[in-house]
Amino acid sequence: MIVMTKDTMEIVREQDVVPFRNRVREFGTRIGMSLVNQTKLITAASELVRNMLKYASGGKVILEIISHNAKTGVRLTFKDEGPGIADIAMAMRDGFSTGRSLGLGLPGAKRLVNEFDLKSNPGEGTTVTVIHWKHGR
Amino acid sequence: MNTTAQVLEKNKERILEKWMQNQLSDASLRDDLMTSDELQHQSKEMLDGLLRAVSKGNYDNIYDTEFEQVTDTLRDISITRARQGFSPRETGAYVLSLKQAIMEVLIEQRKDDPATLYQEIMQLNNLLDNLSIVTFETFIKGREEVILRQTDEISEISTPVIRVWDGILALPIIGTLDSARTQVVMENLLQEIVNTGSNIAILDISGVPAVDSLVAQHLIKTVSATRLMGAECIISGIRAEIAQTIVHLGIDLSNIKTKASLASALQLAFSMTNLEVRRVDRNKGFKLTR
Amino acid sequence: MERIPVLKMGPFLLVTIQVDLYDRLALTLENDLINMVSQTGARGVLIDISAVSIVDSFMGRILGNIASMSRIMDAETVVVGMQPAVAITLVELGLTLQGVHTALNVEKGMELLNTKLGDNLELDDEEEEDQDDRND
Repeated sequence: MIVMTKDTMEIVREQDVVPFRNRVREFGTRIGMSLVNQTKLITAASELVRNMLKYASGGKVILEIISHNAKTGVRLTFKDEGPGIADIAMAMRDGFSTGRSLGLGLPGAKRLVNEFDLKSNPGEGTTVTVIHWKHGR
Repeated sequence: MNTTAQVLEKNKERILEKWMQNQLSDASLRDDLMTSDELQHQSKEMLDGLLRAVSKGNYDNIYDTEFEQVTDTLRDISITRARQGFSPRETGAYVLSLKQAIMEVLIEQRKDDPATLYQEIMQLNNLLDNLSIVTFETFIKGREEVILRQTDEISEISTPVIRVWDGILALPIIGTLDSARTQVVMENLLQEIVNTGSNIAILDISGVPAVDSLVAQHLIKTVSATRLMGAECIISGIRAEIAQTIVHLGIDLSNIKTKASLASALQLAFSMTNLEVRRVDRNKGFKLTR
Repeated sequence: MERIPVLKMGPFLLVTIQVDLYDRLALTLENDLINMVSQTGARGVLIDISAVSIVDSFMGRILGNIASMSRIMDAETVVVGMQPAVAITLVELGLTLQGVHTALNVEKGMELLNTKLGDNLELDDEEEEDQDDRND
């Protein structure tokens, strides 16, 4: 896997969400991702960044353009130092939420992107990595 | 005594000549796909690269940097040939006929030294076999790319959106509905809804061979997306066996308007938009009144 | 503070969202709209999201909330002009906006509200309205 472009953004306030989404869109446009795939990626990113703000009061996101097996895509890594997730299987279930939300954030984001990886330990923060390929597969 | 590389370098012209003869004499070569000038140029480039690599003394590992140029050229040639529609035999013959040319020249040059000849032939044999494996690998990869592109094209053209009436769209789906296909169907359908300002879309699945829970999931998604846009979706073309599977699998389609045939779906669409089709006595045929 | 304008058009309220909503702005909109419904006694709310490129679950929840709250006050909510890419994404996300009406554009949204209110303004030229449900 080759990383072609890399950028890091700090997310600490709710106002950082819109500029972050625009940056993700920029990355998608740069590799010629179709509108639907861009929308899916940005929506997933929006869900994840919102989770980060809500449960860990912020963190940082690494945005990368990657190339692997002749496929180009955007990889986003969301890192926070919040309380972590105790039961990952439960958190990935539709409709489950410890906050007052629809509980679609994590499972929904997973459905929107091609690759999804979540690492978390209680007390040690959470890292979510998602990859969406240019052609959405 | 000369090394193998030196012998080959000295006889480069002869090898190239023989190689070209071998290639051109092959009855199966398609001169319609490539001129012999092109072939000559390509072959010379390839031979130059090979001799340069061999002169470094590497006969074993074609993945070393010395061979980069050779394997690159070879991949280029194979992939171009795959796209141009050469047969695997023609593509493979490229490297194999080079092997023959080299062997012939070596045998001439080493007439009096069978021991060295044996050694050299073994080494070169090995090397060129490895190169021909690269050729085949790349050739197949090239063909796979062609197939992938065609798959994309098929899914693009096999999902036409037809405007059957003012405000009513029909979309006949033919073939299996997988998730990539569903994506294309949804995108085309929703875009056409926006373009034509249609209120109703009829999804005809008469051409879908089987409906399992995954296909049903895709259909439900398409209907939901259409509704989010503000249009209604009717699924038509539900055959008896499809109805049976749907019920046996416990798939819930009760929220979706379904019809057995496209004709009855169209009638439903008419009544939803307050249209009526009537037979007019005096004229032959049908007339539609608002 | 930034606000999204709410227009009153006869018995309906019209909101056109033309910026990417951040959370506070969305919550303000929810507030403003519900207050307007109660002040004006509006019978319908049209939310035009044709310029919105991203709707995530938060934004979806706001739309759902507006619809449920308006309904309690006897007003119907229609979300109009959703982009195809947004619709596809929402379905994949698992959000189908139950309880929210949808329409292709403001004009069709208005028609829909009129029919819902039993207001036959739009039906002038449809005198021969003879619903035929044989085929259902």
